[in-house]
Amino acid sequence: MTFLVVNDVHKGFGHLPVLKGINLEVDLHEVVVLIGASGSGKSTLLRCINGLEAVDAGEVRIGDLEVTAPDVDLDAVRQRVGIVFQQFNLFPHMSVIDNVTLAPRKVQGQSRSRAQDAARELLARFGLADKADDYPDRLSGGQQQRVAIVRALAMKPEVMLFDEVTSALDPLLVGEVLDVIRELKQEGMTIVMATHEMGFAQEVADRVCFLDGGTVLEEAPPALLFGSPQHATTRSFLARVARI
Amino acid sequence: MTTPAEAPLEAPTIPYVDPVRRARARARGRRDGLIASVSTVVVFAILAYLITSSPGWPKVQETFFNVDEAISAWPSLIKAFVLNIKIFLVAEFFILILSLLIALGRGLRAPVALPVRILSTVYVDFFRGVPTILVILLLGFGVPALQLKGVTNSPVVWGTVALILSYTAYVAEVYRAGIESIHPSQRAAARSLGLSSVQTTRYVVLPQAVRRVVPPLLNDFIALQKETALVSLLGPIEVLRSAQIDASANFNYTAYVVAALLFVAITLPLTRFTDWLQRRDTRRRMAGAM
Amino acid sequence: MRRSFLLSAAIPAVAAMALAGCASEADTTASSASPSPSTSQDCSPETMQTLTPGTLTIGTDTPAYPPYFEDDDPTNGKGFESAVAYAVADQLGFSNDQVTWVTVPFNKSYAPGDKDFDFDINQISITAKRQKAVDFSDGYYTVNQAVVALKDSPIADATTLTELRESKLGAQVGTTSLDFITNDIQPTQEPLVYNDTNDAKSALEAGQIDGIVVDLPTAYYVTAVEFDNAKIVGQFPAQDGDEQFGLLMAKGSPLVTCVNQALTALKDSGELQSIQDEWLVGKDAPYFTE
Repeated sequence: MTFLVVNDVHKGFGHLPVLKGINLEVDLHEVVVLIGASGSGKSTLLRCINGLEAVDAGEVRIGDLEVTAPDVDLDAVRQRVGIVFQQFNLFPHMSVIDNVTLAPRKVQGQSRSRAQDAARELLARFGLADKADDYPDRLSGGQQQRVAIVRALAMKPEVMLFDEVTSALDPLLVGEVLDVIRELKQEGMTIVMATHEMGFAQEVADRVCFLDGGTVLEEAPPALLFGSPQHATTRSFLARVARI
Repeated sequence: MTTPAEAPLEAPTIPYVDPVRRARARARGRRDGLIASVSTVVVFAILAYLITSSPGWPKVQETFFNVDEAISAWPSLIKAFVLNIKIFLVAEFFILILSLLIALGRGLRAPVALPVRILSTVYVDFFRGVPTILVILLLGFGVPALQLKGVTNSPVVWGTVALILSYTAYVAEVYRAGIESIHPSQRAAARSLGLSSVQTTRYVVLPQAVRRVVPPLLNDFIALQKETALVSLLGPIEVLRSAQIDASANFNYTAYVVAALLFVAITLPLTRFTDWLQRRDTRRRMAGAM
Repeated sequence: MRRSFLLSAAIPAVAAMALAGCASEADTTASSASPSPSTSQDCSPETMQTLTPGTLTIGTDTPAYPPYFEDDDPTNGKGFESAVAYAVADQLGFSNDQVTWVTVPFNKSYAPGDKDFDFDINQISITAKRQKAVDFSDGYYTVNQAVVALKDSPIADATTLTELRESKLGAQVGTTSLDFITNDIQPTQEPLVYNDTNDAKSALEAGQIDGIVVDLPTAYYVTAVEFDNAKIVGQFPAQDGDEQFGLLMAKGSPLVTCVNQALTALKDSGELQSIQDEWLVGKDAPYFTE
């Protein structure tokens, strides 16, 4: 069942077109991985899906909600779509527990105690129980990124977007973050993620999309796309990535 | 590295330091402390000697540092200083609120808020450019001269209003710099959690911005403390005016020195307090950082 | 109006200083304050130890106000003090060309260190306290204080000190007018204090004060020339002896005796009186009674 639809979306910044008529459909509980060179439009696509960037043309729908409708309540959209960034973007002036409970309390109107109970449960599930009262500066990059994921999950989103969430991490810390995503997949979360971790993409993706020049050039199940890419551009990209 | 028997087993969280190195570091610390003390004493002794042995020193001491003058001027100075403190506290309260509103007004990007943005910008440009003295004279003598019914003509009130208008412009810019120094990704992160623009500003941007601008804010407030003296142009006797009256009656500047010390006396604790706040904030955030 | 003084208070103060053991200082003070030149000195441009030999350097503040100076130009010989200065110079043998004027802010006139004038003429009144820091010539003008108010002011028709006691009064800083308010009128409300008469007038027009206290010549000037709707409410009878303006000189100045000789000669010949009659009109304002 198709849950998320991106239909012919265009988006440019100034004179620079980034998305040039992109199409994407994601089923409920599906994990779709976006790969492609830097500047191919992966991040911009993710930011258009949760309305952080307004599209120039085309439409984005999540379930029955049209994200790109002119009168849409974007705050409502964003409650249904969690996003995690490359740079964690935790709020440095708040403890971990406050980072996680801010949105549930202020947006969903939960009481502090209820929000905290839920947050502690989530933190415990991802091995962060003892970090609840620490400030982000005290945490390692991997821990910070896990907190960022927990913070997004606390809003009980229907789909999670991951924007190169391991790119800023020490290689030793990448694993703990990928473990979290792996676990989310097992729970049936609908996920769209942009990544350079080809091994992880191959393992976790139901489908891999190769973005090039602002369009989806090729999409296929991982075995197929990594095994026998159809396009020359895809092949050369994969070859370059493999050398790194 | 080898681990000798003295390793602090009972307190494993304390980093282990080789005792020889530790002793060496301590000796170095003692030596540095000694050098610092000696050089301080020597420099100040030389300065004190140069000043007090100069031919004009007795006359300067008599004119600026006269204990009898200080004692006789003290009661009227301290009474006048209460006015400075009152003006400062009232002005400070309004400045903190108004300047924040102006700073936020300047940051509004919605088309409907354009008039607010223009007004805020014009306000800041105008009041930062105009000398405070002129604002004080204009409001203090000008507005009462209009003889509006029901509007006070109190020079203290209008002088304070003038300080508020003037300093709000400065402080608004400080706030704005703080707000703009917060990386857009913080806003993006908050918005993508579903927080509204207002909530994002309130809970994510402002708390960080304000922490960052505490030192420059303090600067402006210390300047404001001193500029409360400008209200004296309108007639009220604040501490510098009181010192001036004393100085011109006795042909002795000691009262100015005493007034200056009063300003320093309230500025210092405030400075140390903000230093402490900042340190506490840093410590809390960085404690145990790797 | 500015900086008037109390001469009678000077004598006991000098005696007290002498008793206190400031022998050398008291001696110079006594000789300079003494109105009778006990030792006649040879006073000519050639023999006098002026700042620049052969030139008499005279200081005053700027702006220089009527009726003491005209057109803010002390060199034109117009206005009471300009005329007095040139008369003293002439008496000492200096031609008009041998007189140089320098600007001396009032607050600087009593600063320690070398003076950049031979004498300063700026409506500075002689007081005992001031004589600790500088030397004065004999008085060249005996001044009374007066109250100026708008014609519709609540104190416009006051005739007694008691009636003034409930009023809000203003004066210029550094003047004995201010001392007079505090010590003699003793109003129930704190007086307002201004940098100059212009600010005081602004406050008067803004209704912030009921009246200003100024010296009588200034009172005549502002009511006659500058201020149509104001009047002199009254002048005060001399309290505790006469208030006199004196020429200010450096402590221990070698010129004191010569300047006093010149002033005495001007008084004896009636020239000082005629200068006064020319520039300071009207002495017929009503006197306040208790």
